[in-house]
Amino acid sequence: MDLLLQLFTDYTLRTVALGAAALGLVSGTLGAYAVLRRQSLLGDAISHAALPGIVLAFLLTGSKSTLVLVLGAGAAGLLGTLIVMAVIGSSRVPEDSALGIVLSVFFGFGLVLLTYVQKLPDARQAGLETFLFGQAATLLQRDVVVIATLGAVALLTVFLFWKEFKLLAFDREFGATLGFPMRAIDVLLTTMLVLAIVIGLQTVGVVLMSAMVVAPAAAARQWTHSLGRMVALSALFGALAGLTGAVASSSAPGVATGPAVVLAVTAIVIVSLLFAPERGVAWRALERRRRKREIRSDAVLLDLYALAAQHGMREHAHTSETLSAMRPGVCVTISLDALGEQGYARRAGSGWVLTPRGRERAQEMIERDQERE
Amino acid sequence: MSIALEIQLVAVIVALACALPGVFLVLRRMALMSDAISHTVLLGIVLGFFVTRDVTSPLLIVAAAAMGVLTVVLVEGIRSTRLVAEDASIGIVFPALFSVAVILIGRFAGDVHLDTDAVLLGEIAFAPFRRFEVGGADLGPRAAWLMGSILALNALFLIVFYKEMKLSTFDPALAAALGFSPALLHYGFMAMVSVTAVGAFDTVGSVLVVALMIAPPSTAYLLTDRMPVMLALSALIGAAAALGGFWIAWWIDASIAGSMATMAGVLFGLAFMFAPARGVVSRLRQTARQRVEFAQLMLTIHLLHHEGTAAAETETREAHLHQHLRWKADRARRVVDGAVSAGLVQRESDGRLSLTGAGRARAREGMLVSATGAVLAANPKVVTV
Repeated sequence: MDLLLQLFTDYTLRTVALGAAALGLVSGTLGAYAVLRRQSLLGDAISHAALPGIVLAFLLTGSKSTLVLVLGAGAAGLLGTLIVMAVIGSSRVPEDSALGIVLSVFFGFGLVLLTYVQKLPDARQAGLETFLFGQAATLLQRDVVVIATLGAVALLTVFLFWKEFKLLAFDREFGATLGFPMRAIDVLLTTMLVLAIVIGLQTVGVVLMSAMVVAPAAAARQWTHSLGRMVALSALFGALAGLTGAVASSSAPGVATGPAVVLAVTAIVIVSLLFAPERGVAWRALERRRRKREIRSDAVLLDLYALAAQHGMREHAHTSETLSAMRPGVCVTISLDALGEQGYARRAGSGWVLTPRGRERAQEMIERDQERE
Repeated sequence: MSIALEIQLVAVIVALACALPGVFLVLRRMALMSDAISHTVLLGIVLGFFVTRDVTSPLLIVAAAAMGVLTVVLVEGIRSTRLVAEDASIGIVFPALFSVAVILIGRFAGDVHLDTDAVLLGEIAFAPFRRFEVGGADLGPRAAWLMGSILALNALFLIVFYKEMKLSTFDPALAAALGFSPALLHYGFMAMVSVTAVGAFDTVGSVLVVALMIAPPSTAYLLTDRMPVMLALSALIGAAAALGGFWIAWWIDASIAGSMATMAGVLFGLAFMFAPARGVVSRLRQTARQRVEFAQLMLTIHLLHHEGTAAAETETREAHLHQHLRWKADRARRVVDGAVSAGLVQRESDGRLSLTGAGRARAREGMLVSATGAVLAANPKVVTV
């Protein structure tokens, strides 16, 4: 409760939480497309490739404002992406190697620039690299405004080009036959992805940014088949993780915001992978167990019916040992208890007997089987 | 040994140690796994540190290598649920592990020399030369000895398992059928990559380990088709990047590791553009040459068709090519000139064009190839032996 109040009153917490939530929202949205197009690690490459752009932006403008650095990072990220595509398209170097080369070479070059800049007799360059490592605590309100504005641009683009992006992600050739300029749309979507990434760098840092692009989307995918719902859910998960991470980080000393946000979103992924209906691993395992139990109790019900038939349908009780002998290896007592709860059988003395309802049900099942044949 | 020489020695050893496993990473399309591992080894180091409380303990390397293998296991685990694609699995696992490491450091080891900046950037703080001021000769040789033994281990692994690695890289199904255990090889190889990443990251940092592991082998991949040559070239190119990078960094007084990565990138760029047969320039030339050859072929076939026929008088004139082949006047002239100098066609005194023996043979061959192609296309069940 106290924490909730602090969310509104504490300037730093409010700023960081808003920034992280905005970042989560935007990267979740764009991340959905990246994951669907198997471009998950492009995010990693773009975030590393941003470093030289940041340093050059500072060198050229002398300003360390968030807007300038973001634009520099974006330009470098975009250039890196174009180079990756050129390398993949024009040589036999595999896609992941191309990403790895651009990622590490650009970053290395950025380092060279950074260390060179730090030798300059100008004190202002101090702290350039913190932009890259995610010092969310350095976020100012105007930084959040920049993040939110650029993020809004990205979201608006996704909204306006919804059909085109959908085509691009699922059936590019079809889009081309319809007359859409798929290449240009590809570049547009990639640019939005770059934008989403560079606005997040300041909050979570280079290494962790790829998680913000991939994880909300991977989690969202488990809950729905529809693109619209997936994008919305992904945005929601991202925002939630951002908020949770920011709050957790502010209340626990020594816990930086970036890692907290990433762990929050990872938790969401794990829960989704385990428990999402239809797809979740644990969900499926539980489903399997439930089905098995159903099948077993159906079998025991039919056994009871068969035994009753031998006695001319009179209410003759049979012990669980008898039933057990009919089905070796099956634990009939559990099934009998379940049947009892459902009203298909009842205890009678030391044994069990079929109820009229149970008789009806067994008859239904037999008829259904016969129909199938 | 002078400081400069020491640094260069270490740099070359690191580059060689990274290039060897890098060849297989590139060929097995596992390049980004190296990026993931180079980040998650930090968690291994942190956990190892919590056990031994000693930053220089060899247990740290063991723990880091184990963490590298664990990373691979987790990624495979997520991927095998078939709910998430492989690249997304990587993108989920390593940031999570890295975050745990950062939080552990922040909460429990804040005052120790486990600097997150150092993880990414390698050299202690940002001063490439500080490690040689502090400790002097102790630090240099230590890195050289460490990476030297890792290099020896990598070389040993590759020598002992050369055939197995080669086979499982290019034909994993056959390798499994022959009784090799691709899984064992895979995890053994990943352990090797982890150990290398850990050893290298004190000198060059995680991201630059990736540069040295991926860029020189990719460069070599553009220059050769043969595995032993690719291994040798990767080592050579890696060493060149290390030395070149060092000298540039020395000259402009900037990050050595960053400079090495940049140089590796430059060498890759050069190969990408200028590699014989596979470079961009070479392929543009090939395409242009093929266009010319095809045009000449069309000309000879056209002439062959009309040779000795009634229409030969008009059809074999250069001016007529515009009508029949839709070539503009100057294009027609260029193709004819080219065909003449290639000895396929000759210009008669009356202005007609005629085929030489070579030209006729070429035309026949061209038609046979295209006819065969047409037959095969129409009858997909026909099998060529």
